[in-house]
Amino acid sequence: MSSDAMTMHPALRSKAARSRLIFLLASGLLALPAGIAAQASYTAADAPAGAPRADRRVGLSAGVDNAGEAIENLKLIAHQRQPAGFFDSATAGKHSFVNSDLAFSGNYIFQGNYYGLQVWDISNPKKPTLRTSLVCPGGQGDPSVYKNLLFLSVEQTSGRLDCGRQGVTDTVSAERFRGVRIFDISDLDHPKQVADVQTCRGSHTHTLVTDLNDDQNVYIYVSGTSVVRSGNELAGCSGKRPDEDPNTSLFRIDIIKVPLASPQDAKIVSSPRLFADSSGNIAGLWKGGTHGEGTQETEETNMCHDITVYQAVGLAAGACSGNGLLLDVKDPANPKRIAEVSDPNFAYWHSATFNNDATKVLYTDEWGGGGQARCRASDPPKWGADAIYTLANGTLTPASFYKLPAVQTDQENCVAHNGSLIPVPGRDIMVQAWYQGGVSVFDFTDPAHPVEIAYFDRGPLNAQKLEGGGYWSAYWYNGHIVGSEITRGLDLFELKPSDQLSKNEIEAAKLVKLDLFNPQAQPKLTWPASFVVARAYLDQLERNHAIPKDRVSAIGKELKKAEKQNGEKRVEALTQLAAALEQDASGSTDAARVKLLQGSVTDLANAAH
Amino acid sequence: MSHSSLRALFAAAMPLVLALGPIRAPAQEPRYSHADVDFMQGMIGHHAQALAMAALVPARTGNQSIHLLAQRIEISQRDEIRLMQTWLKDRGQAAPDPGAAHMQHGSHDMLMPGMLAADQMDQLAAAKDTTFDRLFLQFMIQHHEGALTMVKTLFASPGAAQETDTFRYVSDVDTDQRIEIQRMRKLLTAMSPPGHS
Repeated sequence: MSSDAMTMHPALRSKAARSRLIFLLASGLLALPAGIAAQASYTAADAPAGAPRADRRVGLSAGVDNAGEAIENLKLIAHQRQPAGFFDSATAGKHSFVNSDLAFSGNYIFQGNYYGLQVWDISNPKKPTLRTSLVCPGGQGDPSVYKNLLFLSVEQTSGRLDCGRQGVTDTVSAERFRGVRIFDISDLDHPKQVADVQTCRGSHTHTLVTDLNDDQNVYIYVSGTSVVRSGNELAGCSGKRPDEDPNTSLFRIDIIKVPLASPQDAKIVSSPRLFADSSGNIAGLWKGGTHGEGTQETEETNMCHDITVYQAVGLAAGACSGNGLLLDVKDPANPKRIAEVSDPNFAYWHSATFNNDATKVLYTDEWGGGGQARCRASDPPKWGADAIYTLANGTLTPASFYKLPAVQTDQENCVAHNGSLIPVPGRDIMVQAWYQGGVSVFDFTDPAHPVEIAYFDRGPLNAQKLEGGGYWSAYWYNGHIVGSEITRGLDLFELKPSDQLSKNEIEAAKLVKLDLFNPQAQPKLTWPASFVVARAYLDQLERNHAIPKDRVSAIGKELKKAEKQNGEKRVEALTQLAAALEQDASGSTDAARVKLLQGSVTDLANAAH
Repeated sequence: MSHSSLRALFAAAMPLVLALGPIRAPAQEPRYSHADVDFMQGMIGHHAQALAMAALVPARTGNQSIHLLAQRIEISQRDEIRLMQTWLKDRGQAAPDPGAAHMQHGSHDMLMPGMLAADQMDQLAAAKDTTFDRLFLQFMIQHHEGALTMVKTLFASPGAAQETDTFRYVSDVDTDQRIEIQRMRKLLTAMSPPGHS
């Protein structure tokens, strides 16, 4: 048996992890470009003497509305059920009403659903109120929003142009819709359908891509992963292999161009062959050999699931069937593949997230499709997990795996799913949904040693049988973690300080305020000049033992003093401090982080002029 | 209470539910079809044979890639059998017992697309080491492709996979098995052809 199969599940090791072992890291060995967050090392000030307690996520009682809960370093500040009409209490087999993905605009959360959409007003995050509810079935209801436009992905063969609920029986039907719906939401109480862009495979998910050089249009990268439609239903569609039909609908994504002034004119403008090799073989990524019997020339995997675009650096990471891809998207209508990875531990490349510096990519493996229990003690710890890669000069190098550390039951579907970065300056922290595995917050600043720092979990929906549910997505938005719970509704959380995350770091994260957030269009996170940011870096240096205790104390005092000053006096104090930090940097085991602190102090000095 | 605050109260209490589709009362939700039932019943037997094939691996080869592959097929398809049985029971349909011997040996009238005939299973069971590896991959690719055929057949029938659960599961089976076929092909091409060193 392979050593992988014999490895203890992390949950069994987590008892040890919970006793807060010392994580060591050779931080000085990495050469980092200026301004990029340094690797962090985490030490436990106090390891408890006795046997560490078991993870509290194990043994939670079952129930739809009253399941047991376990929470660590988070506070649940709001829980909202979906409205009547979007919920079926006899849940067995009735998954028409799955809550799916999220998009954010201003004080509104757009929560997709297989049956349509909810719009929540979070002006008061402790009391989300429902603004609008839209019935328009056709899973998965993956939403994006941009200014006055709302986009919804539809792939199910039951999807209808008229938003009807009765499905479509005929195999070829003029009533069927599979693709991307576009709504005008200028009047949020009355969303108006303005376009239905049909695609050959429907739209399982999509990514909204802006062109930095074009403010008249946006692009939608359509990921179609399900059955190809007949050419009789939608002209030009073909499910044949490339050697049988070079115009096959397989082995491509579709790109819709949406003129913002006339969204009704949205249409597919290109269908790039992302899997092609240099000789133009559109199924080129894993070419069969010439070894004769049993080998084939063409490949079966032919589509992308989620493509996360990081427009600020012109890159996208695509989770595409059997591969993780890296794409150049500086020309949004014509993305180009620049790298690809695969891993025998991955069943299904599902989604990707860059760290803020674009020096890492985290891919998720949705082994089991989201409907299966994959976090049991018997499930291998590298399967159904996150794979963390470092990224340098267009090359991806594998670093580690992260999987939810708590064992989940046979009745809980659980696997890595959607998440996003939590904008703590100087660290790479992500919040992620694990279906009925709950929400997990983890730090992957050290790509080789990701560590969990907060979590929330409920017991299974049903103790006797596996009913699909749990978190579809968990994202950070303007100070809160927002979770889309498949059957239970919407949850909002706040982070709580711990020895892994200080109050200053949390406050620094809250400084990042977005007007718009479509999670697959990853924004560049920047922090304003703020004492909170400087203190966050200082806390990190203290946690890492990267500078002596007395210096931590002294720097803290200097910051306090400078904060009390105004104008030129403040500038002077800060400039002095910045200069002093030069010394600290040269003596530190985490010089890059000292430089970050120095940079934030300089920012403050500049802002004080 | 003033007009505007009454209005605000009303607005807060009565979020607008927009049904953009034609309002028919009561609208008929899509139901499952005979083809859906046939698919689930047939796929249980199909999966059962994959499990039987995977069970042959540990004793016949030391190839770690084959072990990993077999382990994943074992876990995935065992869970899927459970899902399909639940699907059928929830709809009051007969749920085949995957342990039924005739299913595993693929007697002719129970043979779903891609399934091995009895003599092919025997051939596989009698093989060892690289011969087994190659046969296993070829047979499992054939088996998986049979599953893809079953999916294709299902989607070609009217009213199929209209329910959300059904559509999701069938699409997942298709996706997963395609990816596994790719993996298996890659392993096969990495092996030197028979007769070469």
